[in-house]
Amino acid sequence: MSKNDCCPQPEPETSCCPTNKDGTECCPPVQSSEPSCAEVADDRPGYKLWPFVCDWTTASGQQIPKVATRLTATDIAGRWQMRWGFGRTRYSIAPGLYAIGTPSGDSPVLVTANYKMTFDILRRDMYGHDAWILVIDTKGINVWCAAGKGTFSTDEIVRQVERAKLQDLVKHRTLILPQLGAPGVAAHEVAKACGFKVLYGPVRSSDLPEFIDKGNKASPQMRRVTFGLVDRLVLTPVELVHMWKHILYSIVALFLVGGIGPEIFSLSAAWSRGGAAVAAGMMALLTGAVVTPLLLPWVPGRAFAKKGAITGLAIGLAASLIFADTLGWLNTLALIIATATISSWCAMHFTGSSTFTSPSGVEKEMRQAIPAQAAALLVGALCWLAAAF
Amino acid sequence: MTTPRYIENVASLKLDKGRCVGCDLCTVVCPHGVLVMKESKADIADLNACIECGACAINCPVEALTVKKGVGCASAIINGWLTGEEPNCECGGSC
Repeated sequence: MSKNDCCPQPEPETSCCPTNKDGTECCPPVQSSEPSCAEVADDRPGYKLWPFVCDWTTASGQQIPKVATRLTATDIAGRWQMRWGFGRTRYSIAPGLYAIGTPSGDSPVLVTANYKMTFDILRRDMYGHDAWILVIDTKGINVWCAAGKGTFSTDEIVRQVERAKLQDLVKHRTLILPQLGAPGVAAHEVAKACGFKVLYGPVRSSDLPEFIDKGNKASPQMRRVTFGLVDRLVLTPVELVHMWKHILYSIVALFLVGGIGPEIFSLSAAWSRGGAAVAAGMMALLTGAVVTPLLLPWVPGRAFAKKGAITGLAIGLAASLIFADTLGWLNTLALIIATATISSWCAMHFTGSSTFTSPSGVEKEMRQAIPAQAAALLVGALCWLAAAF
Repeated sequence: MTTPRYIENVASLKLDKGRCVGCDLCTVVCPHGVLVMKESKADIADLNACIECGACAINCPVEALTVKKGVGCASAIINGWLTGEEPNCECGGSC
């Protein structure tokens, strides 16, 4: 069996080797030490290779996958899927060593989480550079959350450094960590345990090339987390998707309660009153889970519950004006109160996705908001029920 | 644009300047610039920007910083109240 039969060249359609405008390939020349056929994982029964693996490099006695630095449509679709919360806990890659470009014993070692979305963003941002990527096992969770949960940890880093035999791979003794891994990692303990010094890199991987090129120096901006409109926008779908069970139960409940009236239970009332309530509920949900997050810095109040109540009140008032003719005063009251309350509740839940709230603050606002929301919901519900009679 | 401000005077961050050795690491790891170096020692410049992530405390080699690190997700906190346990990410919610 000739080598060409079982060590195929990378497919031309992959993102591994983009071509320059003059037709030459950007890829570095093929390694002189070709992987043996048995070592190309896709050829082994039961194994399937990730499409982002371009090639293999041999270093310190290991076969290390070289990964593409251009994302494919599949990668981007995967990221969208994650933003909508489908399969979020199963989007991970194997921990261990990966190579970007043609790293050598002097190349930096970048540590990251094994959440594929994190990995994709990192390799994309490292386009054109040479580096080793040490992926640690964070159970498929991104760096910042994993650091908070204790899975992006001192122990796990040490474990992977030893497993990868990093001391044989690189001449230096430095690990570059994402700054947001810091809540889970004691830098001095890592050095003590495995001999590698931790250097905290920038918050965003897009700043990594500049950080590395400037001799591992970060500007103050590189070390700050913000929460702009786009950051907030991409976090809203998952809020909605994760409420689907509550939404379903509420829809059923509203139809049932909607039918209650002078005739004990009326199907037509269930349909019309229940339907109207469901519509109002959806509007309130969107106000609290999407509109309030988008308008976050401009809505008055520090507590998210208060911000949600304010936007809910505004939208509820607007809706009651639009539908003034058909409502009657009890329904109007119910609409305004319920919109404000549900919006407040949903907005309050956005605290967990935000980057500037403290758990102490969230607890404080919830202690004040939840009783108020419960009382308001009761009043609104009673008004709505009374409107049937 | 600047990061919005949250509820004030609740953050549990505490600094023991007496223990501080001026290694500067806390100012490096803080994502919101809460800490600065003042006369070779750490100083809390903006307590109300603290999100209690714990990065500074865990990276302080002399344990000069303490903070009550918690799970800031509303569902986890509610779950914690209902079960009587500390809020954690294992509440069966979206984490």
